[in-house]
Amino acid sequence: MSARDDILAAVRAALTDVSPAVAVPEAPRAPDRGDLVALFVERVEDYRAVVTRCNEADLAGVVAGVLGERSSVVPPALGLEIAGSVVDDGLSAAELDAIDAVVTRARVGIAETGTIVLDHQPDQGRRAISLVPDLHVCIVDATQVVADVPDAIALLDPARPLTWISGPSATSDIELDRVEGVHGPRTLHVVLVGP
Amino acid sequence: MSGGTFVGMPAFPTAAREALGDTQLRSNLAHATRTIRDKRAAVVAEVEDWEDLRLAGAGVKEAALRDLATHLETLEASLVRAGATVHWARDAEEACAIVARLAHAHGVDEVVKVKSMATMEIGLNEALEAEGIAAWETDLAEMIVQLGDDLPSHILVPAIHRNRAEIREIFMRRMGDVGRPAPDDLTDEPVVLAAAARAHLREKFLRAKVAVSGANFAVADTGTLVVVESEGNGRMCLTLPDVLISVVGIEKVVATWSDLDPMLRLLPRSSTGERMNPYTSTWSGVTPGDGPQEVHVVLLDNGRTRALADDVGRQALRCIRCSACLNVCPVYERTGGHAYGSVYPGPIGAILNPLLRGVSDEQTASLPYASSLCGACFEVCPVRIDIPSVLVDQRAAVVDSHRGDRVPKAEAVAMKAAAWAFSDSRRLAWAEKASGLGGRVLRRFGRTTLPGGRAAAGRLPGPGAGWTGARDLPAPPEESFRAWWDRTDGGQNDRGTR
Repeated sequence: MSARDDILAAVRAALTDVSPAVAVPEAPRAPDRGDLVALFVERVEDYRAVVTRCNEADLAGVVAGVLGERSSVVPPALGLEIAGSVVDDGLSAAELDAIDAVVTRARVGIAETGTIVLDHQPDQGRRAISLVPDLHVCIVDATQVVADVPDAIALLDPARPLTWISGPSATSDIELDRVEGVHGPRTLHVVLVGP
Repeated sequence: MSGGTFVGMPAFPTAAREALGDTQLRSNLAHATRTIRDKRAAVVAEVEDWEDLRLAGAGVKEAALRDLATHLETLEASLVRAGATVHWARDAEEACAIVARLAHAHGVDEVVKVKSMATMEIGLNEALEAEGIAAWETDLAEMIVQLGDDLPSHILVPAIHRNRAEIREIFMRRMGDVGRPAPDDLTDEPVVLAAAARAHLREKFLRAKVAVSGANFAVADTGTLVVVESEGNGRMCLTLPDVLISVVGIEKVVATWSDLDPMLRLLPRSSTGERMNPYTSTWSGVTPGDGPQEVHVVLLDNGRTRALADDVGRQALRCIRCSACLNVCPVYERTGGHAYGSVYPGPIGAILNPLLRGVSDEQTASLPYASSLCGACFEVCPVRIDIPSVLVDQRAAVVDSHRGDRVPKAEAVAMKAAAWAFSDSRRLAWAEKASGLGGRVLRRFGRTTLPGGRAAAGRLPGPGAGWTGARDLPAPPEESFRAWWDRTDGGQNDRGTR
């Protein structure tokens, strides 16, 4: 027998004493927290990420101000003109390593946990571009913010690769002291667009 | 450069005694476990319906296990549809051979690794090294263990037994041997050490062709694998190389995409004590133009079907490797992880190792006893594994495994003698008389007294030494209840003690 058939047969043999049907209790929902966008901002900042709030008209100026003199890369369909920025067309990892910053959109923001989820559509780009540069400027629209994890799961398409980001890269591996900034972007700057 | 191995470790009592003598280890562990316990307690307290969330999480995993064969077949079909290649491995040797063959097929002599308990369990790094392939651990704690030729001592933070000064020393001494050396002005500040790890590993990430990962969850209906991490080393490995090989225990399956909800709320709060970990990556097979274009998944048994057949113990397969049970365990906090002789230490290791491997060897058979049965592990477990009950059941399994022994153990002889004495009232009365006599001798000559003044036996010689080595045995009362009842006619003629 193949390993596959052996393992499946062993699994079936191990479970002859129980019924396969199990009632799964529904996961509870977090209580209503009021202003979701305010909670989202508070929780993102709690991870020592930087949040700037602005309206649509000021967005280009705010992003340019955050980038300053840094070199940057943008996904193919960011929907925002950034002077001097490189548009990703399949840059190599080494080429990305020589770029200081990346600007992307996002798919969902989760208020309860201060999490941003990218689904890497053309307004966010390939996974590599939001990983290798050291500063990630992430534009989140206030309408994209949902209350909690189950709301995000319901909106997201599992067929897409997803990256859930909660603050800058961090580690607690040395004496369980949290330190921001290991391999991923050491600075996460969220620009929250809304009224 | 493979790090150590747990092969040949002594049984828990011996290993624990040695660990307890290491004051540096004890202070490192006490500091680390206290920190993480406090963090977990704070974020768990934020969730009003935490108990309901635990019930939901336990339900998701239990439902997946009860119909595991169906879900595995669904997972395989979903993965293949998404462009992944699925392999099956009965044991460690088969799994390692599959990974080595894939690495050879791409002509590489190195792979980068995301922290993965399954690959630690199967000894993948050592197996690849024997095939001439270097496996670079990229998680900071795993790298500290690997560079230090050390063994992991915690599920989440494998280098928890090391303090910052020791880590600095390991980086200074070893980084240069395997790549970019540590800077000369390296200090022992965590932020400086993390920066050194970033610089050291970046060249490896940028040139890697093949990566090896595990998975925290595998979603059957969508073929999605999930890796939960903090540093971004996981994202590097899952994104930049051309080829990705994920070794996934068959118990990692959940049925549907929406099942991830309770799990992704439970895991970070239970493990690192955060509302959410910095990075979670999910992927379903191959995405054209983004990430690895060749994706392999190795589904691993290696004792899991053995554990699944145990009607009490199978709940241990719900484990999501958060390590909350380690951090609250009074035994783990004092002995550390090495004493358990396995990549799975602590309370969960004390049940998982015997369930996966059986209790035929002395080391594994010692693990179910490495507990005071206080129950703190059950209270914090996000998927409600009743670890104390499984521990007791595994102790029974250990006793059962010795029933056919030619030379019975002292405990078995004592139990037999007790059964003989307790089954007949005259024999019991005689035994009580003997015990009363022992009590009188102890009170007369014993030098140990318990708080409150009761006499006690200190360390006994012979077969009693194991029990009295760490406990005082209270002196038995001079007169048993039955003897008192007889003498005083049920208390009616009681004029004090004899």
